Amino acid sequence: MIRSEILRNIAPILRDELVVCNIGLPSQEMHLIDDQPTNFYMLGTMGLSSSIGLGVALAQDKTVISIDGDGSVLTNFGTLPTIANNVANNYILLIIDNGSYGSTGDQPTYAGQKTSLTAVARACGCESVIECKAEDTGKVLQAAIDSKKMTIIVAKCESGNIKVPVITKDPVVIRERFMQAVKS
Amino acid sequence: MTVSEKIVADLVANNVQFVTTVPCKQLAGVIDAVDKSPDIYHIPSNKEDEGMGLCAGAYMGGKRPAIIMQNTAIGVTINTLVTLTQYYRMPLPMLISYRGELREPVACQVEMAVHTKALLNQLNIPTYHFHKESDVDEFDEILKYTFMCNKPVAILTDASFWGGYGE
Repeated sequence: MIRSEILRNIAPILRDELVVCNIGLPSQEMHLIDDQPTNFYMLGTMGLSSSIGLGVALAQDKTVISIDGDGSVLTNFGTLPTIANNVANNYILLIIDNGSYGSTGDQPTYAGQKTSLTAVARACGCESVIECKAEDTGKVLQAAIDSKKMTIIVAKCESGNIKVPVITKDPVVIRERFMQAVKS
Repeated sequence: MTVSEKIVADLVANNVQFVTTVPCKQLAGVIDAVDKSPDIYHIPSNKEDEGMGLCAGAYMGGKRPAIIMQNTAIGVTINTLVTLTQYYRMPLPMLISYRGELREPVACQVEMAVHTKALLNQLNIPTYHFHKESDVDEFDEILKYTFMCNKPVAILTDASFWGGYGE
């Protein structure tokens, strides 16, 4: 199972929540599969999906899910201690870990080799960290939402991409639409 | 009222409730004052671009953010400033210690100081330079200006402003 198949599976769960989508293919795939005003698409700035999502979660009460990748978490490793030490129980970080930099041509990441992001997140102090198989992502995600406890999910999947169009929406439109959805 | 207390009072008066910081010796007093303020959620960042991501999220979640950092951070945050804060048109007051100016004891800090204003200028970031203690009087108006125009705005604060580098 590859990332786009996970996203297709969990789209009905994500639909009702605030979602911050990682740069590149994850945003493009979510935009193609189920575009919602509650989705914030990152058009640039690799690595910051988890930080943006945590900021949204700390600023208001609705559940926020950051969809991140193993490569992006490695880029912004400092995010895990910040998350661990600023507990927002309306926040879920979903790391789709395919062991590769998918958007740039599937170059291998260290997370697919010796480094376990699950172990790193725990070592950083994150209290609820769940590693799951790609097929179980929906079940684990729904349980995390229902638990109302800050949760880091590491969903292990295969690398691989589908062909998707780039997002041509204006960034200010994406941002404004998302902010209205936060307020509604 | 100390300069640090005045800065925090202006942040609170302008409804800035979410402040991220990366420390600098020159900023120790103001970071301490931010941390003690019951009206501000203080979230230390490990790196300034991470902090700008947190601020972008807080803004979209309905809270006014600010970042406090050193000018060396301009070197690490250009991509974030351009592709996140500016591209999505988000306001971000940046209170920046301007290391490498007069009274600086560490030579290496000058290397970034000579690029700081040029980089901010290249990025079309409105930039203010606090050199005398009384310059802090403009801070309130700068905050209002930032949230009026939805841009990142830089406030450079040098050693003279802070009363020296702990000499």
